[in-house]
Amino acid sequence: MDDETLKFVIVGHIDHGKSTLIGRLLFDTGSLNEDKINEIKEICESLGKDFEFGYVMDHLEEERMQSITIDTAQTFFNTEKRNYVIIDAPGHVEFIKNMITGASQAEASILIVDAEEGVKEQTKRHAYILSMLGLDQIIVVINKMDLVGYKKDRFDEVKKDILDFLVGLNIKPSYVIPISAKVGDFVFNRSDEMKWYDGPTVLESLDTFKSKEVAVDGPLRFVVQDVYNFEKRIIVGRVESGILRRGDRIRVFPSGEETSVKGIEEYLKEDVKDAEAKKCTGMTTEDKLFLDRGDVVARCSDDKLPIITDMVSANLFWMDKVPLKRGEYISFRCATQEVPCEVVKINKTIDSSTLELIREDAGEIKNREVADVILKTAKPVVLENFNEIQELGRFVLSREDICGGGIITELQR
Amino acid sequence: MDHLDALESQSIYIIREAYKQFKDICILWSIGKDSTTLMWLVRKSFFGKVPFPAVHIDTGYKFKEIYEFRDEWSEEWDFKLVIGKNEEAIESGMAPDKGDKLACCGQLKTAALKQTIAEHDFKALLLGIRRDEHGIRAKERVFSPRNKQFQWDYKDQPPELWDQFKNRQKGEQHIRVHPLLHWTELDIWKYVQRENIPVVDLYFAKDGKRYRSIGCETCCNPVDSDADTVDKIVEELKTTDISERSGRAQDKERAYMMQKLRALGYM
Repeated sequence: MDDETLKFVIVGHIDHGKSTLIGRLLFDTGSLNEDKINEIKEICESLGKDFEFGYVMDHLEEERMQSITIDTAQTFFNTEKRNYVIIDAPGHVEFIKNMITGASQAEASILIVDAEEGVKEQTKRHAYILSMLGLDQIIVVINKMDLVGYKKDRFDEVKKDILDFLVGLNIKPSYVIPISAKVGDFVFNRSDEMKWYDGPTVLESLDTFKSKEVAVDGPLRFVVQDVYNFEKRIIVGRVESGILRRGDRIRVFPSGEETSVKGIEEYLKEDVKDAEAKKCTGMTTEDKLFLDRGDVVARCSDDKLPIITDMVSANLFWMDKVPLKRGEYISFRCATQEVPCEVVKINKTIDSSTLELIREDAGEIKNREVADVILKTAKPVVLENFNEIQELGRFVLSREDICGGGIITELQR
Repeated sequence: MDHLDALESQSIYIIREAYKQFKDICILWSIGKDSTTLMWLVRKSFFGKVPFPAVHIDTGYKFKEIYEFRDEWSEEWDFKLVIGKNEEAIESGMAPDKGDKLACCGQLKTAALKQTIAEHDFKALLLGIRRDEHGIRAKERVFSPRNKQFQWDYKDQPPELWDQFKNRQKGEQHIRVHPLLHWTELDIWKYVQRENIPVVDLYFAKDGKRYRSIGCETCCNPVDSDADTVDKIVEELKTTDISERSGRAQDKERAYMMQKLRALGYM
């Protein structure tokens, strides 16, 4: 096993078995220690229930009493291939912001559908959110096959429903697997009950996914977090794409000023020559430029340079009880940039669970609605298309807390 | 970039975000392996400096090794140390063996922390908690608000997308910042091994026992182990079936103890 880690989120409608699947994954991979199993046994006995895997993740008293997941949580296990981080996401409609919080950290996902109930409201909403977040490594599991007599016909029916819906979102799942998380069919072990299925198990499928590639081959984007002056002036930030190299001729966006990288600064390290994507690092420059938080540094010789604009078209998911109104000023945050922006136009609002159009040229966006919006920032910002450099192609809108997340669809220079 | 480099980089990003957004900040240093690793990362983030105070919440019941380590390394690393102690409760006789442990942790740790935050007017605290330690900690955000009464509103936490964290604090609220949330116990020890980070001797086995998790001497029990070096601890953790906090009395006294402690402001 190597050190590689894959983070995946389990999403789906409430009661379709997300927490149970996690318990099963942990149990079958030997990741639950005795303490934990005993703790769950005791809790189940005290509540007068059978041993319930769901309690592995549902830790809050309210979660266990009501058998629902309230907040997202993360846990760890490993296979012979690599380490995994499971992100559990609540299926209840009230906790959608917790689901998004969890899903925004994932590299892959499992969408779980109850074989009896079939595709429901949160199945669709969660699928929509996965597509919006750009997650394309997806496994669909049809759970609770034991409750439908392990019938292939029922599996085929539900499979068709969910695939028909996903086509509209441009999602093509890598696998569709019939399972019973409770019994353990096709999670880690195969199943004698469903000989008609000859595809991979859930764990075998996960092992085929790729960890998110670090964009070292892309154009350089170094996003400035802060400027320190402890012993000398050091510009700190994170390389979001490409490799920052000592001696590089660089241009600062949005100011357009140019200089060269004098040194790459890391504590107690001498002679650092470069810093690759995802590295938090520091640099000094040949010329004393005014650099500040939010600036984006690119290499002058790269073909693709970032875009400076104050007009943004985006897909926005709103998750605050107080609606976002047309004409409202709100804080726009992308990477380390933060500026006020005005909601110029709400082209259309969409019901995130049915994908049906609610209103064109709307006056406001309500909680859990998706909208196609045009935003105007109070001063120019440095952005990218989402499919080129994700870190600079997505943003949040915030009041006191974060209220919405968006993906840039079009940039007007 | 290898696994430890990626963890380190993410933590440094969080620490620098916290320092940028909230200048009145401190690091809560319990002197255990996690908060000492956090201190190491803070020093890396600021090129050897610790530009804010470290707070040690002292119950008076800590192991003597903890106090020795604290005094040695706070001097060596040259940062401002603030010691928070609920003298009043200690004088009035609050102790681990009197009454229940919920009350004792509440008075000697949580109340002491409240007093310290109020006195210094800290807006944000860096804490070395990890998701794999306890199911309740797995539900935490990286930037997690607490109200004036220190309550954690775990049923209505603000969203946190990608690396966009809560960056405003209002009124008497303070923000708990968790730069190590994504690390596991094994990650910590591998990093301690790689970076040669000093840790308290209590973690190393003597006479077949060692401490997996340290705090008050009265409420910590050692586990069976022959791991007397960092290398051996790393090997032990790859195969162990015993949970990290199994020796911590306060987690166990009754169901949902950790949730109750944390909802009331415990670390």
